[in-house]
Amino acid sequence: MATSQSEVEKLVHREYKHGFVTDIEQETLPPGLDEGVIRTISAFKGEPEFMREWRLSAFRHWQTMSEPSWAHVSYPPLDFQSISYYSAPKTREQIEAEAPKSLDEVDPKLLETYDKLGIPLHERARLAGVAVDAVFDSVSVATTYKDKLSEHGIIFCSFSEAVREHPELVRKYLGTVVPPGDNFYASLNSAVFSDGSFVFVPKGVRCPMELSTYFRINASNTGQFERTLIVAEEGAYVSYLEGCTAPMRDENQLHAAVVELVALEGAEIKYSTVQNWYPGDEEGRGGIYNFVTKRGECRGDNSKIAWTQVEAGSAITWKYPSCVLKGDNSVGEFYSVAVGNNCQQIDSGTKMIHIGRNTRSTIISKGISAGRANNAYRGLVKVLPTAKGARNYTQCDSLLMGDQCGAHTYPYIEVREPSAQVEHEATTSKIGDDQIFYLLQRGLSEEDAVNMIVSGFCKEVFSELPMEFAVEAQALLAVTLEGAVG
Amino acid sequence: MLKITDLHAEVDGKPILKGLNLEVGSGEVHAIMGPNGSGKSTLCQVLAGRDGYQVTSGSVSFEGQDLLAMAPEIRAREGLLLAFQYPVEIPGVKNVYLLKAAYNAQREHRGEPEVDAFEFLQLLRERTRIMKMDESFLHRGVNEGFSGGEKKRNEILQMLVLEPKLALLDETDSGLDIDALKVVSEGVNTLRGEDRSVVLVTHYQRLLDHIVPDFVHVLSDGRIIKSGDKSLALELEANGYQNVVEAA
Ligand SMILES: Nc1ncnc2c1ncn2[C@@H]1O[C@H](COP(=O)(O)OP(=O)(O)O)[C@@H](O)[C@H]1O
Ligand SMILES: [Mg+2]
Repeated sequence: MATSQSEVEKLVHREYKHGFVTDIEQETLPPGLDEGVIRTISAFKGEPEFMREWRLSAFRHWQTMSEPSWAHVSYPPLDFQSISYYSAPKTREQIEAEAPKSLDEVDPKLLETYDKLGIPLHERARLAGVAVDAVFDSVSVATTYKDKLSEHGIIFCSFSEAVREHPELVRKYLGTVVPPGDNFYASLNSAVFSDGSFVFVPKGVRCPMELSTYFRINASNTGQFERTLIVAEEGAYVSYLEGCTAPMRDENQLHAAVVELVALEGAEIKYSTVQNWYPGDEEGRGGIYNFVTKRGECRGDNSKIAWTQVEAGSAITWKYPSCVLKGDNSVGEFYSVAVGNNCQQIDSGTKMIHIGRNTRSTIISKGISAGRANNAYRGLVKVLPTAKGARNYTQCDSLLMGDQCGAHTYPYIEVREPSAQVEHEATTSKIGDDQIFYLLQRGLSEEDAVNMIVSGFCKEVFSELPMEFAVEAQALLAVTLEGAVG
Repeated sequence: MLKITDLHAEVDGKPILKGLNLEVGSGEVHAIMGPNGSGKSTLCQVLAGRDGYQVTSGSVSFEGQDLLAMAPEIRAREGLLLAFQYPVEIPGVKNVYLLKAAYNAQREHRGEPEVDAFEFLQLLRERTRIMKMDESFLHRGVNEGFSGGEKKRNEILQMLVLEPKLALLDETDSGLDIDALKVVSEGVNTLRGEDRSVVLVTHYQRLLDHIVPDFVHVLSDGRIIKSGDKSLALELEANGYQNVVEAA
């Protein structure tokens, strides 16, 4: 199935006339995007033809589209021709040559942050990019996990590997939830995606571990156009966690990821995110634009998909993890904490599309704004005429710290089935002086008081996170909101 | 323990305390009574260090230290506790979590290590029983959805756990039924000791049947206009504040 070496070379050479890199050793393509670039990416990755054609058709579609402008965010126009769309994954030797040799060489400020976040000692070195093998043999650990998973018939690998090793599965499911022409950024991602993760849990299998464990040990730089596909067959269960609380920097400003989840009959997928990309400085300079499309389809009856997210980083977040509830009695859930400080802009929420009968959805959104941040919840609950007995409950709470920040709620409700019940509750509150004083009077510092109040506000969401992450997420909020009050 | 000298304080530019003097010795229980709006809660807030309650003159010493120079959380860690007249709700923050954080803040201040989780739980259980509270309260949000009486009990539970040197109870008895009043009184009496003092703000003699004060003071228009022993409370109960206020 893999493209032969000579074909790769042919393709690569064909691009030479465009001034692109021909040397396969070269790490990064020069900026710019056209069909040639896409062919080159596909060739570099040794992809089968169907994948290349899929990318190309997405690209052709993308060229007809324009950037969305409806979100409550503002930023200077992006120049898509100034971005470089491919960087070869670094080899182990390169990484080790560039990496600090020990924690002593790492920026003390970063270490201080790890400490505040309560990140376990044995993970700090890896997160700080210390040559990992020196302190922790991640490869052998990862292999152990992989063996254990494959005993159950579970596939968990990088997206590139899946394209090469399991093309039939990728082909069957890729783009079936987020079609390549879905939206501007999803199309761009479909054309140029770098890498990501692939998970397949076969019929009747309950994934025996939180996939975060593996991910955290093996997290690699998947680049700015990440693509993830998770499929749970009939009766399967999997819980997946992406990201981590440690601050993540990246020289690429634009991140446009796509995540697709497919749950067949009776399957359940829990997808948790902790996002802490660099938010820019206090004036909003730098910082990641995080334009993400995440969608899950409850394809079979009695299936369930739950999104949990803690969004703390990025200069701009534009993200609506959604559930398409096709199967009868299927369940969609969305639990979100989105926190913005300084100049961060967040426009996030969810879409719950009720198609099957007796489908149920729950939305719990907690927005926290501090500094001059703008935080918008945007959510759609749509009940189609086929969704007899559908129910939705939405609770949308905003917490304001200071008087220069903003909170906005844009609920869209479209109900085309009279038997549906849709409930929406929204509150906006400020952290009360009386609450802070109460805690000061019990001996807590102001910082601890604020953190305690904020954690309490987010409790319903934190309780959905895997245990060890709930603690870190709490610490993450504290770090994000440092200096927000007082 | 506490010595307040010629204390003047204002809120939003409005003078409320107008030359208040009060001395509370170790181990003593003082009751402060007085008409609505006379400044009882203001006194409590000023002593606890609430923002916006501006001290314009006078001094307060607490265990020989300048209380007014301390940040509110330091006052708390030094052993001053205010049981609020209107305790606020802090949704989602478990009672037990707050209690532990408060307890440890105090220990850290004294240079002691964090309390052992098991030992602390034992302590909590015991104090919860004294307050005749169900243990489930420990796992509910701080005052979240508590009835008025439950909030007051919860304040006293916190007091029992934190064992302050000086407890200021601002109308802790208001809104309590007779059984709850007994329980709260028992809680306060448990705390009484040679090196602990209590200042009770109350309108009702009935609390003083249970917690017998060493001194009773009448606060009116920002000043203590009369002081006496427990019989003063009985007199006030019988004749109201008016006579005392007019006589002053
Ligand atoms: N935040 C405030 N702003 C303006 N006036 C206040 C404020 N708090 C209290 N006061 C006023 O101060 C006076 C004393 O109030 P308070 O100390 O609560 O009385 P008490 O507890 O004795 O009933 C009252 O006249 C009250 O209206
Ligand atoms: Mg009062």
